[in-house]
Amino acid sequence: MPAHLEPESAAAADNARTVMDGSDIGRALTRIAHEILERNKGGSDLVLLGIPSRGVPLAERIAERIASVEGYAVPVGSLDITMYRDDLRMKPARALLPTQIPQGGIDGRTVVLVDDVLFSGRTIRAALDALGDIGRPKAVRLAVLVDRGHRELPIRADFVGKNLPTSLVERVRVRLLGVDDVDAVTILGSEGEGA
Amino acid sequence: MKRHLLSAADLSRDDAELVLTTAEELRSLADRPIKKLPALRGRTVVNLFFEDSTRTRISFEAAAKRLSADVINFAAKGSSLSKGESLKDTALTLEAMGADAVVVRHSASGAPHRLAHSGWVRSSVVNAGDGTHEHPTQALLDAFTMWRHLGPKSGGSLDGRRVAIVGDVLHSRVARSNALLLRTLGAEVTLVSPPTLLPVGIESWPVETSYDLDAVLPKADAVMMLRVQRERMHGGFFPTAREYSRRYGLDGRRMALLQDHTIVMHPGPMVRGMEITADVADSDRSVIVEQVTNGVAVRMAVLYLLLGGSQPAVSTEGLPE
Repeated sequence: MPAHLEPESAAAADNARTVMDGSDIGRALTRIAHEILERNKGGSDLVLLGIPSRGVPLAERIAERIASVEGYAVPVGSLDITMYRDDLRMKPARALLPTQIPQGGIDGRTVVLVDDVLFSGRTIRAALDALGDIGRPKAVRLAVLVDRGHRELPIRADFVGKNLPTSLVERVRVRLLGVDDVDAVTILGSEGEGA
Repeated sequence: MKRHLLSAADLSRDDAELVLTTAEELRSLADRPIKKLPALRGRTVVNLFFEDSTRTRISFEAAAKRLSADVINFAAKGSSLSKGESLKDTALTLEAMGADAVVVRHSASGAPHRLAHSGWVRSSVVNAGDGTHEHPTQALLDAFTMWRHLGPKSGGSLDGRRVAIVGDVLHSRVARSNALLLRTLGAEVTLVSPPTLLPVGIESWPVETSYDLDAVLPKADAVMMLRVQRERMHGGFFPTAREYSRRYGLDGRRMALLQDHTIVMHPGPMVRGMEITADVADSDRSVIVEQVTNGVAVRMAVLYLLLGGSQPAVSTEGLPE
């Protein structure tokens, strides 16, 4: 019965505003892939590391696009930052997510961190600490699908899919095929005005 | 999870699986140049060992240090414990020093329970082996080792896997903790032992029992050999060591009865020639050395899940404290 949708999609229908659909996300990732190659002058010595959970499928999609342009695969992996979070002590112990460093490591490579939303910058601060325990990259760059502002640390992204001015009470939600059932970026307002 | 880890029965299936998946992530740390994570920076873990132990204490120490905790080792020998101090006074001393977790090994069954529920200390208590009662982290590392070897072929679980635990069940805290945990994880446990070495009340355990090793081996997916704990034996439990190893020892002939994928385990310390022969202990099936490696990862997972956050990891089916 359509009236009995799961609560989440019912709420989403109420006051969620879609700011990027599947094709918008695809175009943004294609542009980011080209920008990474342009900045790096090719795909040599690149390592893409997605931050779980949604940074990982994004990193894989960017890698696919780089492979189709350059004709060879760049290493892709994941980097869990749970144990490096500055709010680890404030919540119950959390489950760890996968860390998968590609063969060949990160020493002397250009690492591109990939995440879905850049917000306070604290996740990226933790990721930089985690990288330091794994090796010494030649350079670290940051690619994000959405930059929603409100930084609390001096951190910025090198490659941005979409700059999204938000208020602090709004929530940005990224859904990606593979993890979720749809490709979409939505804003959930809490004003109660409806869409 | 509960605040303490005293018994393998404290763990729900969700808790146990969370420990296993966390340990799987932490295991890769051993391959990195910097074998350290910052999760327990500034926390203090006390290893309180009233009974001799090398591998368990070293394993806990390595686990705590790799998580950046401060470790204080407190062994009975050479401390005030050998001068007659009571468990209570020792506990109050540790509390005054601000321990966040106490890892305790004691020859008396129930000592960790007493420590946890007496109100003497506020820290988490982890049982590292109490008398002939329980040794939950050993059961977790054994389950982790089985899960790594047998899990991928059966959809990432131990459901329906058959585990034979062979030998001195009566004096073994490892056997009891394993029986409880493996049951929680869905495996079927068969204890194989001479009648004199099965504990009273075994019929209430969630296991089957057998006196015939040759009949059990062909069906087993994992075989765990236990050490005959002669230091705890005051009386005749079997006629001679030779007769014991002929009936309940794992040798090359018996190893040939096993299925191709079956692994051979031993919690250590081994007595080669008694419960296991050297050719079996050194064979391809033997995962005894890997058990030690996995022990550090599992103990890291336990310490992290108990101490890493503001409270122990919350599992959906966790029992209230």
